[in-house]
Amino acid sequence: MSNRPYDFDPNELQQMLRDIGGRALASRRIVAWAAAGVVALIGLWGSYYQVEPDEVGIVTRFGKFVRTTNPGPHGKIPFGIERVQKVPVERQLKQEFGFRTVRADINSTFRKDAKTSSESLMLTGDLNVATVEWIVQYKISDPYKYLFKLRDVDETFRLMAEATMRTVVGDHSVTELLTVGREEIATKAKLMLSDLCRLYDNGIAVQQLVLQDVDPPELVKPSFNEVNQAIQERERAINEAWAEYNQEIPRSRGLAGQKIEAAEGYALDRVNRAKGDADRFLALAEQYRKAPEITRSRIYLETLSDVLPRAGKKLIFDEKAKGILPLFPLGGGVKGSEVAQ
Amino acid sequence: MSGKGLIIGGAVGLVAIITVYSTLYTVSETEQVIITQFGEPMGRAITNPGLHVKIPFTQEVNVFEKRWLEWDGNANQVPTRDKKYIWVDTYARWRIADPLLFFQRLHDERGAHSRLDDIIDGETRNVIANHNLIEVVRTSNRAFEQAEEIEDVMEAEEMRKVELGRDKITRLILERASKVVPDYGIELVDLQVQRVNYIETVQAKVFDRMISERKRIADRHRSEGQGKSAEIRGKKERELKVIESEAYRKTAAIMGRGDAEAASLYAAAYNQDKELYKFVRTMETYRTAIDKDTWLVLSTNADIFRYMQSPSASTR
Repeated sequence: MSNRPYDFDPNELQQMLRDIGGRALASRRIVAWAAAGVVALIGLWGSYYQVEPDEVGIVTRFGKFVRTTNPGPHGKIPFGIERVQKVPVERQLKQEFGFRTVRADINSTFRKDAKTSSESLMLTGDLNVATVEWIVQYKISDPYKYLFKLRDVDETFRLMAEATMRTVVGDHSVTELLTVGREEIATKAKLMLSDLCRLYDNGIAVQQLVLQDVDPPELVKPSFNEVNQAIQERERAINEAWAEYNQEIPRSRGLAGQKIEAAEGYALDRVNRAKGDADRFLALAEQYRKAPEITRSRIYLETLSDVLPRAGKKLIFDEKAKGILPLFPLGGGVKGSEVAQ
Repeated sequence: MSGKGLIIGGAVGLVAIITVYSTLYTVSETEQVIITQFGEPMGRAITNPGLHVKIPFTQEVNVFEKRWLEWDGNANQVPTRDKKYIWVDTYARWRIADPLLFFQRLHDERGAHSRLDDIIDGETRNVIANHNLIEVVRTSNRAFEQAEEIEDVMEAEEMRKVELGRDKITRLILERASKVVPDYGIELVDLQVQRVNYIETVQAKVFDRMISERKRIADRHRSEGQGKSAEIRGKKERELKVIESEAYRKTAAIMGRGDAEAASLYAAAYNQDKELYKFVRTMETYRTAIDKDTWLVLSTNADIFRYMQSPSASTR
């Protein structure tokens, strides 16, 4: 040891160590305080949390569910002993099927792609194909079940919604789906989906299921439109026929009424004239009975004096002068005036 | 405190902390745990959540999900019994019912998925292939409501009665698959047919059929329109005839009644003095019968010319 090339004093070393120890002791205090400070800060930070108005907080201690907290500021045990999961129970949640809203605005923009079109394409009960787009609105009714009952609740919910919608559509004809059955299908699908949620016990309450665009497949669309057109044509043909009917029947009724009125008039005319003639005759007959001879002669003479001047040609001959007649030329050349008067 | 003491103290503290960490473990609400000692499972699964204790270092914690888990099958191309080729897409939800068995047989979820693929896809194929397409699509035999009073235009084949229906078919697949999975510590909680679609070539044919079906419906509407309008026109013609003939009948009757009444009035009056009537009427006739084109050939013997021959009364 003594022949070491450099000088070594054990006392010096001891002193040196003591010095380091002293300094270390001093710095250890600082480190300890700093560490305590950091721990306290982390603890403080970790024991405060806030629940937003549309949420509730689900608190677990060592993984075990201990309490549900309402909106507002809250405290919990820090350092990962108590953990909080916030669940938006008041929020109206929505899932879209067959399309996606890209931007909800006054004029919302939608997107459709291969994925969404495979969501909407489905078979109807008459083994036809249709595309159905719909939305489901729901709320988380039981946050405990929502968190701890199923893994990936939302994706499961989508699958459930697709399966139920296809089941309901599969029991309706394509015509029903496109026309009269929409309401019924939405109602049935909502009921079924609610039942399935109850079976899965996933803490979701379905609030509304609304059918959006329901169409025949793109390739088939024109022929569906043709049916609509044909229905229009049918209605038009029927309406035109009724229009004709409505035009002609009342007119014909009117004409018939007119004819009947005219007949009534004729009958009345006949009767009145008959009455008049009869009265006139009776009146004459009454006077005639008082002086038959003179009345008769008067009428006779009056008539003749009236009638005779009217005749175009008059030929008066004596019965005794026979053979005169053939002497008269009966042609057009004979002038009435030559002979008569 | 000496430096040596500090180092020893630190080491002991570290060991203590490690021991505590190794002794305590938490089980969350979503987990269940199997404790193994040197790889050997110790007792039943721990399913109640919270803080738990085990023997440190020698025992190991194996965590399994307690929640329902996903299984989403790939679309299978399957022919139905009536030889329709379709894509069938099923999904199932399952849970680890017996974690120990699950751990022993499958080890983890990946193992479970590949086993479920085999089982569920297989059973789906079996069941679908043994039934007609309509059984997978429809649930009940409810009659379709006919819009626009169109009679059914569907082919008889498609209106075949449903014997089982979609619900029972899915139950059947679930039941069959459920028979096998307990061996793996798995419980199948639900299974649904998510999608059924025609394969491309079949779909094209279905579209063709739909188009011709619609054409038929359109034609029916059109001819119905023509028929209905012809019917209305016929009704119109008939009613026109009814109205006109009715009017004729009524006018004739009314005129007849007028004529009759007039006749009876005339008869009643003229019957009082037939001779006078004949006389007056004859006079009337003279007035109307003689006009400027008439040639009157009168004999001097006529009554009116009597006085032409002699002014005295009663020469005749």
